[in-house]
Amino acid sequence: MLKFILDILSVPAILIGLVSFIGLVVQKKGISDVLKGSIKTVMGVLILGGGAGLAVTALGHFGTMFQYGFGITGVVPHNEAIVGMALETYGTQTALIMAFGMVANVLIARFTPLKFIFLTGHHTLYMACMIGIILTVGGFEGATLVAVGAVILGLVMAVFPAIAHPVMKKISGSDDVAFGHFGTVGYVFAAYVGKLLGNKEQSTEDINFPQGLAFLRDSSLAISLVMLVLFLIVALACGPEYVEKELSGGQNFLVFSILQAITFAGGVYVILAGVRLILAEIVPAFTGIATTLVPNAKPAIDCPVVFPFAPNAVLIGFLSSFVGGVIGMGILLMMGTSMPWLPIILPSVVPHFFCGATAGVFGNATGGLRGCIFGAMAHGLLITFLPILLMPVLGNLGFANTTFSDADFCVVGTILGNVINLIK
Amino acid sequence: MKILVCCGSGLGSSFMIEMNIKNVLKELGVEAEVTHCDLSSAAGNKSDIYVGTRDIATQLVGLGGEVVSLNNMIDKQELKEKITAAVEKVSQG
Repeated sequence: MLKFILDILSVPAILIGLVSFIGLVVQKKGISDVLKGSIKTVMGVLILGGGAGLAVTALGHFGTMFQYGFGITGVVPHNEAIVGMALETYGTQTALIMAFGMVANVLIARFTPLKFIFLTGHHTLYMACMIGIILTVGGFEGATLVAVGAVILGLVMAVFPAIAHPVMKKISGSDDVAFGHFGTVGYVFAAYVGKLLGNKEQSTEDINFPQGLAFLRDSSLAISLVMLVLFLIVALACGPEYVEKELSGGQNFLVFSILQAITFAGGVYVILAGVRLILAEIVPAFTGIATTLVPNAKPAIDCPVVFPFAPNAVLIGFLSSFVGGVIGMGILLMMGTSMPWLPIILPSVVPHFFCGATAGVFGNATGGLRGCIFGAMAHGLLITFLPILLMPVLGNLGFANTTFSDADFCVVGTILGNVINLIK
Repeated sequence: MKILVCCGSGLGSSFMIEMNIKNVLKELGVEAEVTHCDLSSAAGNKSDIYVGTRDIATQLVGLGGEVVSLNNMIDKQELKEKITAAVEKVSQG
C-alpha cells in the first residue's frame, strides 16, 4: 500500500494535480470545480510532456546538424524546452519545491520587509525546476532537498522584485505594483548601461518608430522565422547528402529543415498550452491566499506589465537585444577557435524577444532612446554569455542542445551550483 | 458572452488581466466566459470581446469582435471603464 502511494506521488502529473487539488479545497470550491481543476492540471503536465517531445526532437536534429556542419556544439537557450525535458526526470522535485516555495514567499512577505508576492506562475515553475535539478545534481535528496529548494525559491521570489523595484517605480509611476520576471539582473543591467550611455532628453516614445514589425509579437511566428533562418544555415553547412542520408530519410534537406523549424515552434506552442493548464488553478489560488494573508504586499507581475508604458522601446529593445545576441555569438565563435570545448550560444528568439523588450523599456526609463538601444544590446550580450556558466552545474542536462535562457536563472543557478561544489 | 485576453505567450499578463476582468464582471453582475491565450491562438478563438495591452491590441483588430486596448494593465479603473463600455456595446449590438 505504501509503495502504491509512493508510486502515485512520484508521478509529476499527479503530484502537481494534487497541489491544484489542495489549492481548490483550501478555497472551499465545489466538488465539480475541484474535479475539473485537478484533472485539467494533470492534463497540462501530460500535454507539456508531449510538446517537449516535439521540441526536443527538432532541437536534436538541429544540434546534430550544427555539430556536423561546424564541428562545435550549438545551444539554443529556451526555458520551455529545457523545462519540458527536465520535468520527466525532476518532476517530483519541481512540484514540491514549487508548492513549498510559494508558501515560503508568503511567509517572507508576511514577516520581513520584502513585501513582494511573485505572481508570474510559469517562472515560479521554471525556477523550481532549475533549483530541483541543481540540488539533485549536487547530491541533495528527500526532505532536505525540498526544504532547501523551497527556501531558496521563496527568497528568489521576494528578492528579485525588490531589485527591480526602483526602476519599476520610475516606469509605472506608482509604488503599488512590482515587477516579477526572472530576467531582473539583465533588466537592471540594461537600466544601468542606459543611465551611463543614454540621454534622457529623447525617449523612444518621442520618435515615430515603424510598427510594421509588430506582427513579430506573435511569438510562435517569431520562433518559426528565426529557427527557419538558423536551420537553413546549418542545413547549408551540412550539405544535402549528410542530412538526407542520416536525418531526413531521403526528404529534401531544405524541406526537412523548414519543417523541423516549424515543428520546434509547434512544440513550444504545445508546451505553453500545457503550462497554461497547469497554472490555471494554481495561480489564482496562490494570489487569493497570498493577498489575504499579506494584505500590504506588492504583487510582482510578469514582464509585459511594462510594455504598454513604452511600446516603441519594446520593439527597439527586442531588435537591439537580438543584435547583441548575434554579436555575442560572433565573439564565442572567435573564442571557439582556441577553446573548442566552448558551446556556442545561438540567439534564441524568445528570451531576446521578451527579456530584450523589457530591457529596452528599462533602458529607456533611465537613458531614453539611446539608453534603450545600448541597454538592450548589453542585455543581449549578457544572456549570451551567462548560460555558459550555468551549463556545467546542470549535470546531464548541461549537455542538452538547450538550456535556461533568462538572466536570473543563469545567475541563481550558477551561484547555487558552485556554492554546493565548494561545500562538497 | 465570451471575452478573450491576449498577450505575447498567453501565460502571465493575460492571465493577470483575466483575473481582474472576472472581478469587474462580478461587480457589474455580468455573466461571461473569460479566458486567456497567446496571439497565435487568438484568431482561432472566436470571441465577442478581445482584450490586450495597447502594444499588441492592433494585432487583435479584424478578428471580428470588440477590441479593448489597455494603456496600463495594472490600472483597475481604466480596465473597469473600458470593459463596462465594451460589454454594453456587445449586449446591445
